[in-house]
Parts: sequence; structure tokens; C-alpha cells
Amino acid sequence: MTVINENHIRNFCIIAHIDHGKSTLADRIIEMTGLLTSREMQAQVLDNMDLERERGITIKAQTVRTVYKALDGEEYIFNLIDTPGHVDFNYEVSRSLAACDGAILIVDAAQGVEAQTLANVYMAFDHDLEVIPVINKIDLPSAEPERVKAEIEDIIGLDASEAPLISAKTGQNVREVLEQVVHKLPAPQGDADAPLKALIFDSLYDSYKGVIMFCRFFDGKVRPGMMIRMMATGVEAEVVEIGYFGAGQFIPCDELSAGMVGYITASLKNVKDTRVGDTVTESERPCGKALPGYKKINPMVYCGMYPADSAKYTDLRDALEKLQLNDASLQFEPETSAALGFGFRCGFLGLLHLEIIEERLEREYDQELITTAPSVIYKIYRTNGEVSDLTNPSNMPDPSEIDHMEEPMVSAEIMVTSEFIGPIMDLCQERRGVYQSMEYIEKTRALLKYEMPLNEIIYDFFDALKSRSRGYASFDYEMKEYVRSDLVKLDILINKEEVDALSFILHASTAYERGRKMCEKLKNEIPRQLFEVPIQAAIGGRVIARETVKALRKDVLAKCYGGDITRKRKLLEKQKEGKKRMRQFGSVEIPQKAFMAVLKLDDE
Amino acid sequence: MKEKLSLYVHIPFCVRKCRYCDFLSWPAEEEEQERYTAGLVCEIRSLEAAAGRFLVDTLFIGGGTPSLLSEACMEKILEQLHRTFEFEAGAECTVEANPGTLTVSKLSAYRRMGISRLSLGLQSASDRELALLGRIHTWQDFLNQFRTARQNGWNNINVDLMSGIPGQTADSWRETLESVCDLHPEHISAYSLILEPGTELWRLYGDGEGSSGDTRRNDRGCIGELPPLPDEETERSMYRMTRNILSSHGYKQYEISNYCLDDFSCRHNIGYWTGKSYLGLGVGASSYLDGVRFQNPAAIDDYRKACRADRSLIPPDGRESQTGYIVTEICDRKAHMEEFMFLGLRMTEGVSEQSFQDTFGQNIHDVYGPVISRFVSYGMMQQSGGRISLTERGIDVSNQILAEFLLN
Repeated sequence: MTVINENHIRNFCIIAHIDHGKSTLADRIIEMTGLLTSREMQAQVLDNMDLERERGITIKAQTVRTVYKALDGEEYIFNLIDTPGHVDFNYEVSRSLAACDGAILIVDAAQGVEAQTLANVYMAFDHDLEVIPVINKIDLPSAEPERVKAEIEDIIGLDASEAPLISAKTGQNVREVLEQVVHKLPAPQGDADAPLKALIFDSLYDSYKGVIMFCRFFDGKVRPGMMIRMMATGVEAEVVEIGYFGAGQFIPCDELSAGMVGYITASLKNVKDTRVGDTVTESERPCGKALPGYKKINPMVYCGMYPADSAKYTDLRDALEKLQLNDASLQFEPETSAALGFGFRCGFLGLLHLEIIEERLEREYDQELITTAPSVIYKIYRTNGEVSDLTNPSNMPDPSEIDHMEEPMVSAEIMVTSEFIGPIMDLCQERRGVYQSMEYIEKTRALLKYEMPLNEIIYDFFDALKSRSRGYASFDYEMKEYVRSDLVKLDILINKEEVDALSFILHASTAYERGRKMCEKLKNEIPRQLFEVPIQAAIGGRVIARETVKALRKDVLAKCYGGDITRKRKLLEKQKEGKKRMRQFGSVEIPQKAFMAVLKLDDE
Repeated sequence: MKEKLSLYVHIPFCVRKCRYCDFLSWPAEEEEQERYTAGLVCEIRSLEAAAGRFLVDTLFIGGGTPSLLSEACMEKILEQLHRTFEFEAGAECTVEANPGTLTVSKLSAYRRMGISRLSLGLQSASDRELALLGRIHTWQDFLNQFRTARQNGWNNINVDLMSGIPGQTADSWRETLESVCDLHPEHISAYSLILEPGTELWRLYGDGEGSSGDTRRNDRGCIGELPPLPDEETERSMYRMTRNILSSHGYKQYEISNYCLDDFSCRHNIGYWTGKSYLGLGVGASSYLDGVRFQNPAAIDDYRKACRADRSLIPPDGRESQTGYIVTEICDRKAHMEEFMFLGLRMTEGVSEQSFQDTFGQNIHDVYGPVISRFVSYGMMQQSGGRISLTERGIDVSNQILAEFLLN
């Protein structure tokens, strides 16, 4: 490989509101720069997680290096970082931005500037990135590029007069975007002869190579065989392999230097040795000051995650550690539940994040999980003047010690077609939403705004929203302040014993209804046992709802099978196997799915 | 001294498949029956060398419908059995018969051949229920055959009955029980209908919630024109009723589904539950010998091939090569203990603590202490006179209990 002049490198990302076409534009850029032929293109090359393709969203920021032959005849190296659009993954975006010098801002020609457009563009400004606006989806009949241009100028304050009007889908005008990347975005700055200074902006774990660190090199250079040091953890290691990112693959090379983006492996097997946000330098010639790194981000939603098979606790811990390497916003710490044994209390940026982590643990790490009801962070003001955060309902102090409690509010925006406005407003009402406003975006589409408690949307709000709008409503929310609220802890007693994993905190006004539904649902989920099992919902020891699982009356294996005892044994083994999927709680066996089923109570 | 052995002979033919039946059986022409008989005779003869160490004390000819076979066929089989195996004097020899296939001539022939016990498949005294099950006979057919058998001198007769039939009520079950008791058969087997995958009833009533252990299946109720399956509560009351009515007629329950007068219990079946050795002859038949459970192939061609040569039995190490048998299980110590319990507890007298100790050299409570005391505390098991057994309540849910005796 010839020496690369850093003037010919462009490190940039694409930022946008969800669904405005980031991944599609990334695909076009990859295709047009000749990295892959269109025949090799699988739609959304960078969304390589199955989960991303299925859901049509980007979860993980992805990096790819391509070579672009510009109209001036020169070749440029593009390091393109595709970023997630959903609010839950803002943290991913912010990490990626630190590796870039510029950003392409995509705005949908029909929808215009949206909440995440703003959030992402401000984040880019915070990182001192040069931003070029691009208006996408101009092939849509409802496209209004002029209005959107005006919006970009008025709301964001970016000059949009030269913004390319493109269709990432058809490829129309995408070349203009590439030319603007060359001419409007800055080349990286940095001193290749200075001591190595590289930022780890992402990482993942590979069972052969160990930790793979994704780095942006600000100063110096790195070669295989060099000793490096992580400045925050102090860990030193010898570089085994370095390289850059092809589409969905790692391409090794001999040297990476200031201005570039690439990866380093150093046979690091311990996932704790490398931290995203840390600075990598040379052991022999360390750089003076570490890069600023990242702000630690605070989770909004918590839930307990337990291995379905309690013997697999350490497997789950390993899986969480490896996943955390790839998703630094995931937080977890060990906890114990009387019902579920050893597990972890995990913190997430939001509900989608929770769901994604759960699915990734199951698919990528083969973990069978039981998750407990998600909880927000409540503030408890005790009578003795102390204030504390509560993330696990089981830790709620005795009501006599509580002066009052506060819960977090969100401002929710729901986009819905006009025929479903009624049902959706009912839903928001049921979930203690306070109506703010409604505006018609188009003739048949309205934007509803509600102030709602976060705890009302973390259970099954998405599902309810989808089922009541036949899938047509979309939803986004933004955190607001904490407000004082009349909250109680609802306990579930099975066979007169409290099951800690089923406790949760809710508004007093909804306790009866929810308690009743929980009991009903559990009655259907818990198979009949050898004796009658009462299921009760209680608040502070007062029972507010009750159901009973009747005793099993008859279960006789009568037939003789002509001496085929093996068959008889197999039937008994099957029966016993079924019990393994249950959690023994006192003398009652509770199936794992019961813990999950109670999370979805909004049945129509 | 020779080892005691039970023999089971499988006759896989029937006039028509009953709708609940998942046994290995099918309708066949006489020619096929003769061919099968010839094969069976071959199989028995091939065991000539292996048979020497045994003394047969029970024989059970089951099916299918063994009574479908011609007298000549049955005679060939019995003849070869007696030629190959040594039978104990007074051995219990049972043949299963369907009332729709029995004749006076067959009844006399069986007695001539040394068969001492007759097992009649009745299932129900209600013709409507019989039709629903797909049985080929009526109550009157049965009655005629039963009386003929009695006149013929048969003094050890079993009648098979079935509760939980679609459309069956507590009253109709009572009627069946009373009608049969009035005939004083020496033995009554009263089974609950179990919907098995692959049967006609399974197709008609769906698979319920699936597993055989799932009793919610019966909540499904009526489907289409078909009468509903009795609900669980009715089924349980039928089960209780069986016990009460039969005991009021002098029958004692000695196993979950088996009742007898005096000491007419079925020694052959007791053998299955007490870990006795048995050898299965015929297609798909199961055997248990020297701690190994094995079977003949269930496909007729494979079976024929298997019993051509001079056949040896499965050795204790379970090596199946050259034997033509399929080993289903080599029982280690753990498996033995489990069987000792889940088979032994089927009998109302339960298992003996001493015999567990003698068999395994270990105290039963060291192995099963916690399980036993748990179920005793639930009132589902009892301990007395050195024996451990299920209570009536325990028998109701015996599957749940027996499964707990599988060791981890």
C-alpha cells in the first residue's frame, strides 16, 4: 500500500432522525465508491446484525473504509460511520462522532426536521464537526425540498442553499454528496511523528482474536509488534494485528497513522482491560494527555435479568461483559432474588435498548433469560430528610419511612393517522397522560403530544400503541423532570408468599386494576399443582385481588404398553423435563413464561 | 435352578383399528396372518439354544387381537412355544380376545392348548360408546361370549374397561361397572382413555395442550358433532367410582388400573412392575433381560430378517450386534432404582423398604427420603409395615409423583 496523504482522508458519519435514510445512503456510497458491486450488495450492508435487518433499524454504529475517485481525478479514502437514529442509541452516536471530522446530516424531504435531527446535529456541533445538510427522499410525491431547506436554515441555522437534493433509494444526485464530502468536509489534522494517541470509539469481542478495538488515530502511528498502553486502565499489550474496515470484514494492513480510522487487536482476552473512550498510546513513548473520552451515560430504565437455568449464572455474566464491550451504555450489577436466584440488575437507555439487549443476549450469546418488570428510577424522600434513588422495587423502604416519592415524566410524541387518533388518545389517558397538543402534519397524519409518566410507557405501551393503531402509530419520547406522585408498591403473593421478582411500583390509582389483571394472568400461566395455590395482589400487606389455581385432580398414566417400560420412563422423563422450565418457589412451581407474561397486560 | 421367565407374544392383527389404539396392529388377510405365524414360529425356534436356562411361569398373548388368528395358527405358535421353552406346571397363560372374533370352537381350542386365562376387551357396556371407540362388537356380543366361555369352563377371565370415553357420563360408567360386576369376572382392568398422537381420536379431539401429562386437554369440550370428552372432575369421580363400586362387589385394587377377586391378580403384569425378566416374541415386542431393555424391530420386514438365524439374546452389556434386537435401555444402578420405584409404586401395596435394601444395599430413605417425606406430608404417600405406597389421592395424580422418583 502506498503512503496515504492525510489530505486525502475524510472521516465522517451520517446523522439523521430515525427512518430518514441513513443506512440507505451509506449503502449507495459503498456501492458508488466501488467497494462492492451492486450484485454483491445486500440491502443495508452496514446493518449486519440480523436484528437490525429484521427491524430495519441501525443499533450499532458501523464503520467502513472506501476509496472514492473524485471528479478532480484524485483518490480519497472515506471512513464512513453509519450511526443509529433512535433516541435510545444517542450514546452510540456521540461515540462515533468523536472519531469523525465531519458529518452528513440527512433530512427527509417530506417529514422535515424532527426531534432526532436536532439532537444529533447539536451533538455534532458539540464535537466541532463540520456538517453538510442533504435532503433525501425527493422521489416521494409528498417531498417538499424547499420547505425543508427553509426549516434547516430556520430551526438549525445551517446554510442549506447548496444542500444536495437526493434520493438515496434510486441513487439520484448521490455523487454530489460525495463531492461535497471531498470539498466541504475537512481532512484530519494530526502529527504522524508524534507519540501514538488513538481513541477507542467502539470494540467487540472475537473468540479468536480477543478484544478488537475500533480506533481513531489522532497522532502517531501503530504497527504490529509495537507495545501499546491503555491510558485509563494502564494495561499494556503487544499489537498483534491492525487494519481497516471493509464492508462487513476486517482487512489487515501494516501501518495505521494519524488521521486514520482502523482497528487494533492485541490478544486481550479480558474484556475489562479495554474501555471504550480510553486512549491508546505507545508504552515506550506515551503521549502527554489522554483524549477527553466519553461522558458516562445514565440509564433510564432498569430491570432484572436472570438465567433461565440458574446454573448458567456465570455464562450470563460473561455474555453481559462481552456485550458491554460492544455497547458501553449497558450497565449491570449482580443482584439476588428469592424467586429467581442469582442474576443482574441491568440499566438501559430506554425500552428499545432493553429489548435489543435482551434479544442480542438470546441470539448472539445463546442465553435463555427471565427478565423482570422494567422499572424507572424513582426518587424517595424519607421522613428523616434523606433522598435516594430506587431502581429495584424490592428495595423500596417501608411506607412509614417515606415522606413522598417522585417519578420521571416524559414528553411523548405520537405520530398517528387520523382514524386512530381516538383510540390512541384513550390509551394515553389510561396511562395517566396529560394532553399537550395535536397538530396535523398532513391531511391524514397528526402529531399528538402528551406529558406522561415514564413508568406508564415502559411496560407494554409500544405493543398497545401498535395494536390499537394497527401498527400505524410511531412514538418517540424525551425525558422531562421528576414530579411528585402518589406511588405504591404492588406485591404478588403466590401461595401466601411474596414473589419479589413480580413486585413493582405504580400509581395508586391504577393499582387495583393492575393487581386484578396480574392475578388473572398468573392464574392462566401457572399450571395446576398438587394442591390449591392462591394468587394474591397486595399493597403494604393489604390484599386487593385474588385468584386461585385449582389443585390438579387427576393425572394417571394408566396404560400398560405391553411391557414397554422404556416408553413409560420416557413419558415420566418428559414430565420431569417440563418441570425444569419452572422455578421452584416454596412448594409451588412457576413457569418462566409467567414472569414474562405479566409484563404484557394490555390484551384487547 | 432355572430362571423364571415371562413370555409375551405379540399378534399385530385386528379386524379394524379402534379409534383410540396406538398399539402396533393393523387389519390383515388370512394369508398375511399365516405368514406372520410362520415367522413367529421361526423366531421361537431360533431361540432354542437361548431358551435352555429359563422356566416359563407366565405367558401373555396380546395384540392387536390374538383371537383373530385361526385355531391352526394359534396351535402352531403354542406348539412351538412348548417345544422350545420349558413351562412351569400351573403357569399362567393368558390370551387376549375381542368378543367380535371369538367362537365356541376357538374357546375350546385355547383350553386344549393350555391357555388358562382369558382377557376380554369390552371397554364399555354402552353400544353408543363402543361405536364411538370404533369397537367391532356390541354389549350383547360380549355377553354371549362371556357366557359361552363360562359354560366352556373358563374360570379365570379378565374384562378390560375404559373410562373417559367421549360422551361418557358418570351414570353410564356406573352402568358399565355394575353390569360387568354382575358377571363376576375374576379380574377387571379399568383404564382411562388416553388420547395418543397418531390415533383417530387424537385427530378428532385435537392434541389438547399436547403432552400426556396435561389434564387441561379435557376442557376442550365438544368439537363439531362429536360428544365432548368428560371433564377432569367427571373423570376423577369416575375413577373414584370405579374403586367404590368394584370394592363393593368384592374386587380389590392391587394396581393403579387393576382389580381382582381373591388371588386372581395377573401374575404376568405384576412381573412388569417388579422387575422380573420377560421376553417378547413377535414384531415390536419388548423384552427385559439381565438389566437390558430391548425390542424386536417394529417394521415387519426388519422383524422377519431379525429372527431368521440362530438367535442369541442380548447380553448384559447391551451389545446388540448379530442379535437382531434393538436395545432401548441398559439399566444402570440409577435406572434400576428409578424403575423399582416408579413401577413398584403402581401397585397398591407399594414397595418394600427391605426389598430395596436387599436389591441395592442402600436404605431407601438415603436415596428418596426427601421426596417420600414431601409426598407423605401432602397426604399422597404413606408408610406402614415396612412398605411405602401411594394413597388414593396420590394415585389420582400418580404421574406427577412417579416423575419425582427419577434421579437427576
